[in-house]
Amino acid sequence: MRGAEAAAAPALRLRGAELAYGGRRLWSGLDLDVAPGEFVAVLGANGAGKSSLLKVVLGQQPLRAGTVEVAGRPARRGDRRIGYVPQQKGLDPATPLRARDFVRLGLDGHRWGPLLPSRRADRRVDEVLAAVGATAYAREPVGRLSGGEQQRLRVAQSVVGDPVLLLADEPLLSLDLHHAGVVAALVDQCRRRTGAAVLFVTHDVNPVLPYADRVLYLAGGRFRIGPPDEVMTSQTLSSLYGAPVEVLRSGGRVLVAGAAAAGEHPHAHEEVS
Amino acid sequence: MTLASLAPAAVPAVSWGDVFDFRDYGALLELVHNSLYAGALLGLVGGLVGVLVMARDLPFAVHGTSELSFAGGAAALLLGVDVVLGSLVGSVLAAVLFGVLGNRAREHNSAVGVLMPFGLGLGVLFLALYEGRAANKFGLLTGQIVAVDDPQLVSLAVISAVVLLALLVLWRPLLFASLDPELAAARGVPVRLLSPLFMLVLGLSVAMSVQVVGALLVLALLVTPAAAALRVSSSPYVVPLLSVLFAVVAVVGGTLLALGSTVPISPYVTTVSFLLYLACRLVARLRRPAARPGERPRPRAVEAV
Repeated sequence: MRGAEAAAAPALRLRGAELAYGGRRLWSGLDLDVAPGEFVAVLGANGAGKSSLLKVVLGQQPLRAGTVEVAGRPARRGDRRIGYVPQQKGLDPATPLRARDFVRLGLDGHRWGPLLPSRRADRRVDEVLAAVGATAYAREPVGRLSGGEQQRLRVAQSVVGDPVLLLADEPLLSLDLHHAGVVAALVDQCRRRTGAAVLFVTHDVNPVLPYADRVLYLAGGRFRIGPPDEVMTSQTLSSLYGAPVEVLRSGGRVLVAGAAAAGEHPHAHEEVS
Repeated sequence: MTLASLAPAAVPAVSWGDVFDFRDYGALLELVHNSLYAGALLGLVGGLVGVLVMARDLPFAVHGTSELSFAGGAAALLLGVDVVLGSLVGSVLAAVLFGVLGNRAREHNSAVGVLMPFGLGLGVLFLALYEGRAANKFGLLTGQIVAVDDPQLVSLAVISAVVLLALLVLWRPLLFASLDPELAAARGVPVRLLSPLFMLVLGLSVAMSVQVVGALLVLALLVTPAAAALRVSSSPYVVPLLSVLFAVVAVVGGTLLALGSTVPISPYVTTVSFLLYLACRLVARLRRPAARPGERPRPRAVEAV
């Protein structure tokens, strides 16, 4: 991958991390080491500070206390060793880019100057397009592709710069169940191929359940970290929420139900019927 | 060639007899030359800026900026100072205001909607108070300068150079930030800095365009050519080139056509611009079925991996 420094250090290290906005503390005492190639799903209620955690790692949000390091260096803005997959948002049909140009911006979109053809960039983009199975529409206008296709391209865009850490912020939102599964699988494939660590924020654990090595569950200022089977249990979540929460398993899917959870957490439970 | 076609173009300092004497054909030719240079510059700037205007979904802000540019020009006319300077101040002020108010179009559409009629109202007030020639008033709204004098051409060239230089440096990160500001910010693009910078560039371009097509018709230079180009291509290399080509053809072609008639220049520019747009739509429609023989069927499902 990236040399001794990156290989030796965890892709992400948080020590005694505390995040607060004004007087409101989102979480504190967070210690987390994410190893290269590890897939960590970040779950929790709305407003529990999941996306804020990503902002901290991106250097866009300072910690109240503690430290955060990305592959051995303190988190800072514009760290090119981090890839980022945002939520699916429909791109304007008037976007003057083809699918391949869109992916290329993940490589050098931050650089000043005009966008000029580049053989080297083309080669790298072709590899990544092939890896995510988007070669067939590489030359199509990106604004005219479907939401699932655009999200596939966003995964490609996030890994084209060969990151050591991949941050995904609700990338499955507004995708149907099928495409959510496809995109989660793609992120998994990419981390296996490149050895990048993944921090995957999602409100629904099911699409990432087959791939997550660990779950970080944030709720009410507290958190639990561990393998999915240990965290996603009635006992663990009940103690985390401080109220009865029931975790049901049905047909390979995990369903979270309960008064406290349902109140704080109304989005993850559409499947319960 | 008629006298009327050149009438609205008069620069206040010059008397009618000096400029519009058809026996003095050399001077007339000189005037036209300057206009064509100015038109080419405008096309270059407008075509390029238009691509980013479309990518950032800002046509409405362009319209709002041009109305405030008109107000600035009208104020200058009333005060007896340089009209170019006045419209420049108006549009830059407007653009910076819009830029500060939001990063994306939807965030400041309402701000534009509020400021635009206010600016237009101010402009109307200034024109009502102005007691000079009606041609000067009319020109600000609907375009005037068939006659571009040398100092004007120089000032247009300087503004163009500033805008082009800024676009050259900002192009790629601006495009990236237009797609998804959050993503661009995550990759280290200074999104918050870029938005007001682009609005400044836009303000300068609008002020230039107001000089030729007038405040009401600026969209024909800053939006239509780019919109036409986007109909026939999505390549980030082809779209800017086509957009510039269309804009230059519209201004220069419109100017040449206007010389042979009694009507001001702007309807020619806007009509050429519009016809190019229609042609591009037609080309896109004709090409679409043929361009994808037996390609992936629609609706395209993403297959599981």
